[in-house]
Amino acid sequence: MSREAGSPLLEEENIKPDTRHGVILYVEDVSVSFDGFKALNDLSLYINDGELRCLIGANGAGKTTLMDVITGKTRPDVGKVSFGQQVNLLEMDEAQIARAGIGRKFQKPTVFENLTVFENLELSLHGDKGIWANLFHKLSGEQSDEIAQILHTIGLVGECNMQAGALSHGQKQWLEIGMLLAAKPRLLLVDEPVAGMTAQETERTAELLTSLAGDHSVVVVEHDMAFVRSIARKVTVLHQGSVLAEGSMSEIQSNPEVVRVYLGEETGE
Amino acid sequence: MADLFKKLGSLPVVVGCLFITTLYVSVCNLAFPEGSALHVSTYTVTLFGKYLCYALLALAVDLVWGYCGILSLGHGAFFALGGYAMGMYLMRQIGDRGVYGNPELPDFMVFLNWDALPWYWAGSDSFIWMMVMVVAAPGLLAYIFGTMAFRSRVSGVYLSIMTQAVTYALMLAFFRNEMGFGGNNGLTDFKDILGFSLQSDTTRIALFATTATFLAIGFAVCHFIVNSKMGRVVTAIRDSENRVRFIGYKPENYKVWIFVVSAMLAGIAGALYVPQVGIINPGEFSPLSSIEMVVWVAIGGRGSLYGAIIGAIVVSYAKTRFTAIMPEAWLYALGGLFVLVTLLLPKGIAGFFPAIAARFNQKKLAEVKS
Repeated sequence: MSREAGSPLLEEENIKPDTRHGVILYVEDVSVSFDGFKALNDLSLYINDGELRCLIGANGAGKTTLMDVITGKTRPDVGKVSFGQQVNLLEMDEAQIARAGIGRKFQKPTVFENLTVFENLELSLHGDKGIWANLFHKLSGEQSDEIAQILHTIGLVGECNMQAGALSHGQKQWLEIGMLLAAKPRLLLVDEPVAGMTAQETERTAELLTSLAGDHSVVVVEHDMAFVRSIARKVTVLHQGSVLAEGSMSEIQSNPEVVRVYLGEETGE
Repeated sequence: MADLFKKLGSLPVVVGCLFITTLYVSVCNLAFPEGSALHVSTYTVTLFGKYLCYALLALAVDLVWGYCGILSLGHGAFFALGGYAMGMYLMRQIGDRGVYGNPELPDFMVFLNWDALPWYWAGSDSFIWMMVMVVAAPGLLAYIFGTMAFRSRVSGVYLSIMTQAVTYALMLAFFRNEMGFGGNNGLTDFKDILGFSLQSDTTRIALFATTATFLAIGFAVCHFIVNSKMGRVVTAIRDSENRVRFIGYKPENYKVWIFVVSAMLAGIAGALYVPQVGIINPGEFSPLSSIEMVVWVAIGGRGSLYGAIIGAIVVSYAKTRFTAIMPEAWLYALGGLFVLVTLLLPKGIAGFFPAIAARFNQKKLAEVKS
C-alpha cells in the first residue's frame, strides 16, 4: 500500500524544470476575470533562473492574483504558465506545484501555531508527502542536519522547541521563509515579507532574501519602496492587471508612466 | 528509557486503568456471591461496558474533531451501522427460537410476509463476515462522504450540517420496514453470541473485557497516529489547511483517511454496544445523540485522547444518575454542564490538570526569582 501511494509522488519529485534558456518561469498572455472584473489582463512575465525580482503595483494591480495563478490556486481564463520550458503548471494542483519546486509565502504569516518551530520545518521538508509514508516516518540524521541548518539561516536556533504561535510577528515571517527553504524549491514567491517588521528585522530579511538569490529564483511582492530599493536588481511594475514597466530601480523611477500611476501617488500622500 | 516514557505518554496509564477495572469488575462479579459487600452486580457490569463503548466512540470523534478540526455531527451514523452489523449476526443466532419459529428468517421478516432474506443479509450468519461489515460499512460510508465533501473543499459549519443531514436521512430510512432492518423496533430479543448465552454472567464479563481490550487497542492506535508525522500533518491541516497544501501535501486525502479510520472505530464501538444493551434501533441515528458525542469530547478535552475517554464516562455516568432522579431535567443539566465547562475549562477536564501545574510552576518560578 505504501509503495502504491508513494510511487506517483516520486515521479513528481523528479519533475525538473528545463531552464536551458535561462528562464525558470514563463507567464504568457494570462487573463483572469472575476465577475467581469479583469484582475489580470493579457499579462506576460518571465523570471530568469537565479534572479531576485521585485513586483510592485498599487492595490488591485493583480500581484496576489498572479501569485495565485502561478501556484495553482486560481485558474486563468486564457494564457500559458510554465515552470521552465516544459512543465505546464496549469495542469497541476497546488500540492503538485509545491512538490515540483515552487514555494509560496503568504501575505499574512501562516505557520502551524500549535506545532513547534522544529515540527513546522519537519513537515515542510522535501520528501514523500503520502499518508502511509508519513505514518511510519522516522527523521533521518541527514534531515535533522538540514533542519538545524535552516534554523541557523533564519536565526531561530534558540526557539527550536517553542510553539510557533508564541513567536513574534517577524519571527513567524522568518519561520515561514524557513519552511519554504526546507522544501528545497527552485522558485520562491514571497508576498510582503516585511509587513509589520521593525527596521532591524527588515534589514535582516533583506539580507536573507538577497543571499537566497542565485541558488533559488526569488519573486518578492512588496509595498515598502525603501525595502524594494535595498534589494532589487530588477523591478516589474504591475498596473490594472498587466505589466506597465520593467527594469532597474532607477529606470523605473524615471519612467514617466510609472511616476504618474504609482510612484506619483505615493509621493503625493 | 526516559525517551521511551515520553513517547508512550499517557498510554500505559490508560491501558493500566482499563486492565485494573476489568480485573476488579470480573473478580467481584464472579467470585463474590450476591449480597456480599464486594459484589458488583451484572447490571453494573453492563452499564460500565456501555460507558466503555461510548468512550471508544468519543475517541473516534476526538480523532477527527480534536486533531483534524472536522466537526462531525454524524458520528452516530457510523456507530449505528456497526451496531446493525452486529445486530444482524445476533438476529440470525436466534434461529428457530423466535416467536414464529422460522429457522431462517428473523421474526420481523416473517411478520412482513417475506419469504427469503434480502440480498444484503447474505452471510449474516457468519460471525467473521459480519465483523468485517462492522468496520467495512461505516468505513465505506465515510469514504464516499469524505471523498465527495473534502474533494469539493467543503468545511466548517457546512460540513457539520451535511454530516447531520446524513445521519438524519439514515434514521428516516432505517425507520421504514421495507429497508429490512426491523423498522422502528430495530433488532432485538437476542439470545446468544458465538453460542454463549447473552444472559449469563460469564458472557457479560467476557463482553466487558472485550470492550475494555478494544478501547485499549483503539487508544493505542489513536496514540500512534497522532504522535506520528502523519498526525502532525493532520494537526497542521486543522491550523492552516492552505499552508499544508502549499508545502505539497494533499489535505483532502489526509482528511478522508482520518475520517475513515474514525468511522471504523465508531463502528467497532457500536458492535460492542449492541450485545450488551440487547437492542439496536434507528434512534441511534438521531442527530441529538451525535451532538451528545461531541459534548463528551468538549467536556473531556478536545485534542486529548484520554480527555475524550474521561468526558464520555463522566457525562454518561451523570446521565444515568440524573435521568433516574429527574428525567425531564437531564437535557438542561447537560446544556448547563457544557456551558460551564466551555466558560471555565476551555480545554475540558483534561486541560484542568496541566493548567494547575503550569500555574504552580509559575508561582514557584516567581518565588525563585524574587
